[in-house]
Amino acid sequence: MRAEPLLEVNDLSVRFETDEGPLLAVDQVSFTLAEREVLGIVGESGCGKSVTCMSLVRLLPETAAVSGSVVFGGVDLLALGPRRLRRVRGNEISYIFQEPMSSLNPVFTVGNQIGEVVRRHLGVSRRDAHRRAVELLQLVRIPAPERRVDEYPHQLSGGMRQRVMIAMALACDPKVLIADEPTTALDVTIQAGILDLMREVRERLGTAIVLVTHNLGVVADVADRVIVMYAGRKVEEAAANELFAAPQHPYTVGLLGAIPRPGERRERLEEIPGRVPTASAPLARCVFADRCRYADETTRTQVPTLRTVRQDHLVACFHPEAERAA
Amino acid sequence: MGDAPVLEVDDLVKHFPAGRGLLGGSGGTVHAVDGVSFALREGEMLGLVGESGSGKTTLANCVVRLHEPTSGSIRLNGRDITHLSRRELRPLRRRLHMVFQDPYSSLNPRMTAGEIVAEPLRLHRIAGRKDRERSVIDIFGRVGLGPEHRFRYPHELSGGQRQRVGLARSLILEPTVLVADEPVSALDVSVQASILNLLRDLQRDMGFSCLFITHDLATVEFLCDRIAVMYLGQLVEVASRDAVFSDPQHPYTQALLSAAVVPDPEEQRKRRRVVLEGDPPSPLVPPSGCRFHTRCPLHDLSAPACEEDEPPLREVSPDHLVACHLVGPGTRAPRIADPPDAVTVAGG
Repeated sequence: MRAEPLLEVNDLSVRFETDEGPLLAVDQVSFTLAEREVLGIVGESGCGKSVTCMSLVRLLPETAAVSGSVVFGGVDLLALGPRRLRRVRGNEISYIFQEPMSSLNPVFTVGNQIGEVVRRHLGVSRRDAHRRAVELLQLVRIPAPERRVDEYPHQLSGGMRQRVMIAMALACDPKVLIADEPTTALDVTIQAGILDLMREVRERLGTAIVLVTHNLGVVADVADRVIVMYAGRKVEEAAANELFAAPQHPYTVGLLGAIPRPGERRERLEEIPGRVPTASAPLARCVFADRCRYADETTRTQVPTLRTVRQDHLVACFHPEAERAA
Repeated sequence: MGDAPVLEVDDLVKHFPAGRGLLGGSGGTVHAVDGVSFALREGEMLGLVGESGSGKTTLANCVVRLHEPTSGSIRLNGRDITHLSRRELRPLRRRLHMVFQDPYSSLNPRMTAGEIVAEPLRLHRIAGRKDRERSVIDIFGRVGLGPEHRFRYPHELSGGQRQRVGLARSLILEPTVLVADEPVSALDVSVQASILNLLRDLQRDMGFSCLFITHDLATVEFLCDRIAVMYLGQLVEVASRDAVFSDPQHPYTQALLSAAVVPDPEEQRKRRRVVLEGDPPSPLVPPSGCRFHTRCPLHDLSAPACEEDEPPLREVSPDHLVACHLVGPGTRAPRIADPPDAVTVAGG
């Protein structure tokens, strides 16, 4: 009973040609993003979460073979020509990366760089662009924006730089903001401020956010809905409260058991033995089978499809928690 | 666990000259570690927590004498090692070992895992070839690696396996002190869990004392008996795990605890977090007085002393040390998450 989605991803697959042969990074992932929604995508390194997001606005190199569709505003972004794609990127869907320093140009002032985005996409005058840059810095709660606007990236702290990146991403009032590990390079006390800012952006501007992270605490803080990825596949999806209260996939359960939590004194953390498989073609089995304590013949010979096991709770598993408990 | 310190650090200072770069760096001095004192007790896990730039890694490097301290002293089992030469240090290296953050760059890519782990035995001329091999197989077993892993090169191992090799190398001489600098932060969550479990098991079996350095509070809460919190080159609070987590005193410790994210949406969204204002100051020009005063959420209550005098790290209750002008024996810290009018502070 959801409203029309803002963004709809269908059967997205991404394959790279590497020196060691083809590598399937994303394997038929589908999801939707509603207006004003914060969607968290979590998983460990190599699960395909960043590749998924980069392929939404086609930021991947030419060596990536992308299939499926990404429907936004009635058109498939994967089929769009370069000029029309450029109009969507930045204007309607913008992207922020993990490491703000390497995404900012060290030889231009902050105001210059934000102004450039504004002028390129909105075609306003230099003076208006500068004024807009100050407004944007104010929006992302940078103190003394009139002064900061003329500073260079190296004069700012890591947290401030990430705020500048967010300001730049918001320059054209996008409908969707894709944030790829936006707080991973930051200290916890700085991370707290960035998470507050993301929440505020959604509330004040109504921007929908796709938040990619390996940190389950970050997801618990801001996401409405969460997708768990493993070895290129979406293995679970649910509302944030539901996912953390009743995780279904043994991988999600294991991940939650592996993190030490404040206030909870455990003798041992849960371990997930084994390694993530890599594949050149879709595996004809559950990708978690090698590491799963509930694996059986079915798990090893068939692909589990995503199905609803609890209300609005999808899982790709033959033995989800709900059915084992019953 | 005895109370006798195996490692004593007293008023340790490490300053670096700041480079005068091509673009005209200002020169000056980086006050990386500025007067740190603590003792590591026998058989304990002491967690050293701090954010980037706090000086925690510099402190670790001084303790194992990868850096020579500017002043202050380090005593290992009562012996002053602060200014020993490399040659004088060599026999002591058996007792003091370090595990590094990045298990990849700290392992020689041209040596097999077995050679890497046997290296300390070889350098210290301990045991013949046969005995060495037996020791290596034994320690491999203890860190959860099979004997066949001895013949693999670092690039053939996973991140978790590489960190196990790093641990095996550090522990093969059965040191009395292990300094672990962010040993799990480069690893994935599921791998972190197995390394943390392993470290805890090994510490219980072998009984070494461990200085565990991290930025992650949940990890120290899981692993450590006592916790020291560092801010801008100085310790601001040292106490038992229970005291730090249930009754943190220093406003920085409180802020750090409030900012940590919990993997539980209901709980996380109820938490009241205090976002510290402003940027961390530069260790080139640390603030006067209390180094935290520029960002202190209790600045409304602060006394003139906060900006003028450096607060000493003093005992405010048994085994609980705090460096804050607002906290003293019998005076508990105001809670930073309380509304400001709910707290009253005498004087100032």
